Amino acid sequence: MTWDVALILLTDGLANGAIYLLAGLGLVLIFSVTRVVFVPFGDIAAFAALTLAAFETDRLPPTIGMVAVLALLATLTEVGSLLRRGEARRIPKAVLAWGVLPLLPCVLAWLVARPGMPAALHIAVSVLLVVPIAPLLARVVFQPIADASVLVLLIVSLALHFLLSGLGLLFFGPEGSRTSPLADGVLTLGDGFTVSGQVILMLAAAVVLSGLFFLVFERTVAGKALRATAVNRVGARLVGIRPARTALLAYGCASLLAGLIGVLIAPVTTMYYDSGFIIGLKAFVAAIIGGLVSYPMTALGALAVGVVESFASFWSGALKDVIVFSLLIPVLMLRSFLSVHSEEDEEEVDQ
Amino acid sequence: MKRIDPSTLVIAAAVIALAVAPAFTGNFTVSLLNDIGIGALVALGLVLLTGVGGATSFGQAAFVGIAAYASAWLTTAQGLSPWLGLAFALLLTGLSALAIGMLTLRLGGHFLPLSTIAWGLSIAMLFGNVDALGRHTGLSNIPPLHIGGWSLADPRAMYYLIWALVGLALLFSHNLLRSRPGRAIRGLRGGATLLASVGADAYRVRLTLFVTAALFAGLAGWLYAHMNRFVSPSPFDVRISIEYLLMAVAGGLGHLSGALVGSALVLVLKNSLQDVLPMLTQRAGQLEAIAFAALFIALLHFARSGVMGFVARWARRRVRPGGRRDGDTVLVEPLPHRQLPARGTPILSVKGAVKRFGGLVAVNDVSFDVHAGEIVGLIGPNGAGKSTMFNLLTCTLPMTAGQVRFLDRDIAGMRQREVARLGLARTFQHVKLRPHMSLLDNVALGAHSRTRAGVLRAGLRLDRAEERQIMQEARRQLERIGLGDRAHELAGSLPLGTQRILEIARALAADPVLLVLDEPAAGLRRKEKMALGELLRKLRDEGVTILIVEHDMDFVMKLVDRLVVMNFGAKLVEGVPAAVRADERVQAAYLGSVA
Repeated sequence: MTWDVALILLTDGLANGAIYLLAGLGLVLIFSVTRVVFVPFGDIAAFAALTLAAFETDRLPPTIGMVAVLALLATLTEVGSLLRRGEARRIPKAVLAWGVLPLLPCVLAWLVARPGMPAALHIAVSVLLVVPIAPLLARVVFQPIADASVLVLLIVSLALHFLLSGLGLLFFGPEGSRTSPLADGVLTLGDGFTVSGQVILMLAAAVVLSGLFFLVFERTVAGKALRATAVNRVGARLVGIRPARTALLAYGCASLLAGLIGVLIAPVTTMYYDSGFIIGLKAFVAAIIGGLVSYPMTALGALAVGVVESFASFWSGALKDVIVFSLLIPVLMLRSFLSVHSEEDEEEVDQ
Repeated sequence: MKRIDPSTLVIAAAVIALAVAPAFTGNFTVSLLNDIGIGALVALGLVLLTGVGGATSFGQAAFVGIAAYASAWLTTAQGLSPWLGLAFALLLTGLSALAIGMLTLRLGGHFLPLSTIAWGLSIAMLFGNVDALGRHTGLSNIPPLHIGGWSLADPRAMYYLIWALVGLALLFSHNLLRSRPGRAIRGLRGGATLLASVGADAYRVRLTLFVTAALFAGLAGWLYAHMNRFVSPSPFDVRISIEYLLMAVAGGLGHLSGALVGSALVLVLKNSLQDVLPMLTQRAGQLEAIAFAALFIALLHFARSGVMGFVARWARRRVRPGGRRDGDTVLVEPLPHRQLPARGTPILSVKGAVKRFGGLVAVNDVSFDVHAGEIVGLIGPNGAGKSTMFNLLTCTLPMTAGQVRFLDRDIAGMRQREVARLGLARTFQHVKLRPHMSLLDNVALGAHSRTRAGVLRAGLRLDRAEERQIMQEARRQLERIGLGDRAHELAGSLPLGTQRILEIARALAADPVLLVLDEPAAGLRRKEKMALGELLRKLRDEGVTILIVEHDMDFVMKLVDRLVVMNFGAKLVEGVPAAVRADERVQAAYLGSVA
């Protein structure tokens, strides 16, 4: 391996790392607020990518149908729980919030799904279209069992991934697609070394978005509510923060991140209905490096995962994922070695 | 007339039905039953791991795969006997489970499952990319099993081997759960501190459990390889691991038989979906995956206890529990007792204990001694640092500075379970009992550090002599605290006050030199308090030394020989109750000073 190759692999790796960074932020956000290890995160990213691909080939994205079905299920769940609690008069509002609101991006998508629309509009709508997915899923699947143990939530989450990837196959079909680059042009950094615009865009997106993330968390009331819920659910409740509301906010943010990841990665990787799983898992490796709580460590971990992956694919394309996962071994060893036994996470798992 | 237990009848019926089934069914059903048996073995491991132990793994299919490939490779590429293949397969699965467990089980609950996802994916990818393992085409022409000269190539012959092994595995697990290591496994969900207080290491218990579950999967993998005589990577994917977990959940995580029921349910359902769906749609494969995932989520929402959970609840309503037979009440040799130190010798001495939490000094330079055969009370107003002091003594928290000597050994820096093994037994302020275990089992857990039986001995029933000793000891302690006639009730059904007393029995089962009680009178009624005081005095007369942290002044004053009063983290006064009661500083600390 020469220096040139190494440098190319490094930039590639950082670009991948940028994607894992964004995904890692979303995962840690959801986990810290809701204790759900949100495995289907990557699936949502894949759906965004496939939506964009559908727009580019002048097809109506099947995502519309998926969101509509989820909105229907969520509305039924909400109405059901309102009826059970005897609060029937709140039904119209619930129908509006759960049934109609998520359909707005669908209408938008239906309007722009025709030739001649600007690419930027397609990209924006692709992201918007997947934003309702995680909150809707959360309403149907996670909110009714929000007090279950982490273990049950995790099993549900993994089952949900398989459900989504089944739906993905049903809605999008088995073909892979790749979209046109978001930024063409290359940047020459002297000595014949060039960086493509797409890579720069990915890195810039990671920097800007994580900066925004930080600002929202530090400076806004909503961000502080999220942090408060993450630190102590009961305490947050006592000061008037509604856990279900914050959870929805976290899911919404994560869904937005997933959508952005989807449109960022679609031009460089051929995306299939199930490509998201591996992306999500690598982000988990990053999140585990951060102990599932620390954002900065997750970000560093994500970049490390990206770089290791890029070098690993140079040595063995088939086993690159295995090599990335084996990164977990030293990380877990270090964590075990440093770990202090805390009694807090012990819990009764229900029968 | 001796009444026959209805569950014995059910088991006998199931065994007979399984024994004659091949005679009445076609080849298809026999091979389906074979698959169910193999699935049940894997699910049984998950019932133990997830249902009893409270941890889970998404990598069970990978363990099945490792065993299947190990035996397949050894018997095809090396041409060795499948029986050597079994040993090799179990060795490899055991070692890989050990490695994964050692990496993840010290960490929080979600590290194991997440790592097993990565592990499960990696193994399937490795199988598909290694030349020696036939890459994606897999390995074929695996030899069938032979027992003596009898070939098991026929699925009907294989059927009996599989189901014999399933039966043995169920029996093994059944024995295991009713034994010393089994009680520790059932105690896992009560937390690491609970296990440490009886001298057990939660990490090792969990590791053993994880390896045991993996070995069940390994056994299943070996059977799979020699039944199908062909292996390829796809049946060992994470997707299949989820299917095994679905079996365990659907059958009922709380019951060993749930593994069997769940496996049958899932595989029969899968088969019928594969029959029905293609008639309705061309996308049958996709719909099947969706249906299974949706079913799984619905199960976890609405029926987390699974089929056997329902059956158990139904049976509890229908069948009146006949007075449980009390094992054999034949007297056996009691467990060996510790030599208690002579009355009056110092056994615990604290010198200059300091504990800081960041800037907060919770315990500041506290020193006192406890002598054999006395009851010492540690009291003080709220926030005085009593509980922190308690945690320092029992080594639940590390000390910032100072020295604690117990039986002439420096115990500062020791682990809690090591101190427990030295003879320091404790109770908890927030009661830590296992509500779904009987009083007897809860108390027997206390004798953990006095006995030795491991998983293998327990599963094979080689521990029965020791087990009888443990049970006799547990019964003796229950009688000592006056709960002897309620030995088979569930601990969760007791009122709080009685639960506190039960914790004392558990501590006594450890044959302690020093008994440390954390607010034992809290939540007790007057009568109960008097009984507790009576009990503690009786224990003192029998030579047990007691250190008691308590709020209830009246209770303590009547009980103890000596008092140590703490306030604001420091020791205020030490002395006999009358002197302490008269001390102005103590009155000021409790009532506020007049000035």
